[in-house]
Amino acid sequence: MLSFLLEPLHYDFMLRALAAAIMVGVVCAVVGSFVVLRGLAFFGDALAHAILPGVAVAYLIGGAAGPLFWGALGAAVATALGIGMISRGGRLREDVAIGVVFAGVFALGVALISTVRSYSTDLTHILFGNILAITNYDLLLIAGFGLLVLLTIAAFYKEFVVISFDPTHAASLRLPAEPLRYLLLILIAVTVVVSLKTIGAGLMTAMLITPAASGYLLTRRLSRMMLIAALIGAGSAVMGLYLSYYIRIASGAAIVLVTTACFGVAWVVSRLRNN
Amino acid sequence: MITHVDPAHIARRPPEECAALTLTGISADYGKDRPALEDVSFTIACGERAAIVGPNGAGKSTLFKVVVGLMPHTTGDVLVHGHSHHAGDCPSIGYVPQSEGVDWNFPLTVLDVALMGRVKEIGWLRRPARADHEAALSALRQVGMEKLAGRHISALSGGQQQRMFIARALAQGADVLLLDEPFSGVDVEAQTAIFDLLDDLRARGVTVLISTHDLQTATTRFDRLLLLNRRLLADGPAESILTPENLAAAYGGRLTFWRDGQAVTVATDECCP
Repeated sequence: MLSFLLEPLHYDFMLRALAAAIMVGVVCAVVGSFVVLRGLAFFGDALAHAILPGVAVAYLIGGAAGPLFWGALGAAVATALGIGMISRGGRLREDVAIGVVFAGVFALGVALISTVRSYSTDLTHILFGNILAITNYDLLLIAGFGLLVLLTIAAFYKEFVVISFDPTHAASLRLPAEPLRYLLLILIAVTVVVSLKTIGAGLMTAMLITPAASGYLLTRRLSRMMLIAALIGAGSAVMGLYLSYYIRIASGAAIVLVTTACFGVAWVVSRLRNN
Repeated sequence: MITHVDPAHIARRPPEECAALTLTGISADYGKDRPALEDVSFTIACGERAAIVGPNGAGKSTLFKVVVGLMPHTTGDVLVHGHSHHAGDCPSIGYVPQSEGVDWNFPLTVLDVALMGRVKEIGWLRRPARADHEAALSALRQVGMEKLAGRHISALSGGQQQRMFIARALAQGADVLLLDEPFSGVDVEAQTAIFDLLDDLRARGVTVLISTHDLQTATTRFDRLLLLNRRLLADGPAESILTPENLAAAYGGRLTFWRDGQAVTVATDECCP
């Protein structure tokens, strides 16, 4: 048993992958709690796809070693602000506006990447992550930006709760609700970018919402919901990686499958409890 | 910002009386050519208890959103104790939301919601201190909800929901309270409890403005009614403003009513929006 657990740890790339996956699992779960409570699941998914042109431009500049992270970050923040503006009201429903924008932007990204010869491999890495290729520099970015996201959530926790639960009360307190809403959207954007190499754009939503949704089913307290979500996120990351190591399946998909299984258990437990 | 007040908009109450909430010529819209409110002006005196009545879609909730500053208005100004909305020192207003508009599955306890009233006092980057917990608990005690502090909000009855939000407003230190449709989904007993609480608050000088489409309750329980349908159609004590002409103007042809002695019985064939 012990050797089963220790064997993968002999490889540096596995150690880096584990560290990345745990950090991403925790950050996604905490931010994801607000995504679930505010009904922003589709927004998160759209954001994960809309970063593609940013990544593509960075890729065209510098190849695989190009400033992919920064390209993605720029695109994500720009998209978050853009969607935030669209959803401020107008004739189109918000989900329709998001759908139109993100599909168009995603197509632009695919078109850009398709100009490169190694197109399909690169696109696969962006869509499904490439956790075994995580470098020390990647780890530093994940740790730095992940910590920044968590600290910002901690700093504005009570304000985020108020604007999410009762915007009218927030207005009556004269809280700057709009800047806070944009800040939350930007935090989601940064989280998506931080998780990109670990989990990939295609399965990003799962890491954002599945652990948080499981926590939501299991407790009635927000702080506990975040804690449970973080444990599920980190735990699934570790279990998923072992799974992918031993049965040779894509690691991002393995991690998401474990979180989905956790959600299934949480759903059954909450059902049994209610009966 | 300097606000020019049209003399016609100055409320008819004598100026020496304390004005808790003043609206001067408020107009708002949902977008181009979709007016929501037109030229609404009134003053609510300190400690007064008034009800805004009107059919569904008359702009009652919109009016409240404008008053708390959630929705912009195109003309006019909102003054709380004489301070303009646009000024930084405008005192905050307590808001009790419509029950249907609240996500009751949100992971919060009753105490968590009462603590939300303290967010401004707690200040940026800080967590609630012991004094804030005590203030929230004391507010819950005043509305008779202290024992339920640890309960999840989904486990409350309609009346308890209302009282919890009133506690939040008290924790906020607000002395002007807006209650949006507080009696929908609330049984008579709970309604009586809420009115006892409102009587209590009135004795302490708290001003209460509620919105309701329930003319029956409004007529029997409030000193003053404001009849709204986009415009303010009438303003005064129930017996003087609930005239056939006013009601027809507010509710259109969908309303029948009888007047026997003092009691006004109103039946409407319009149920839901």
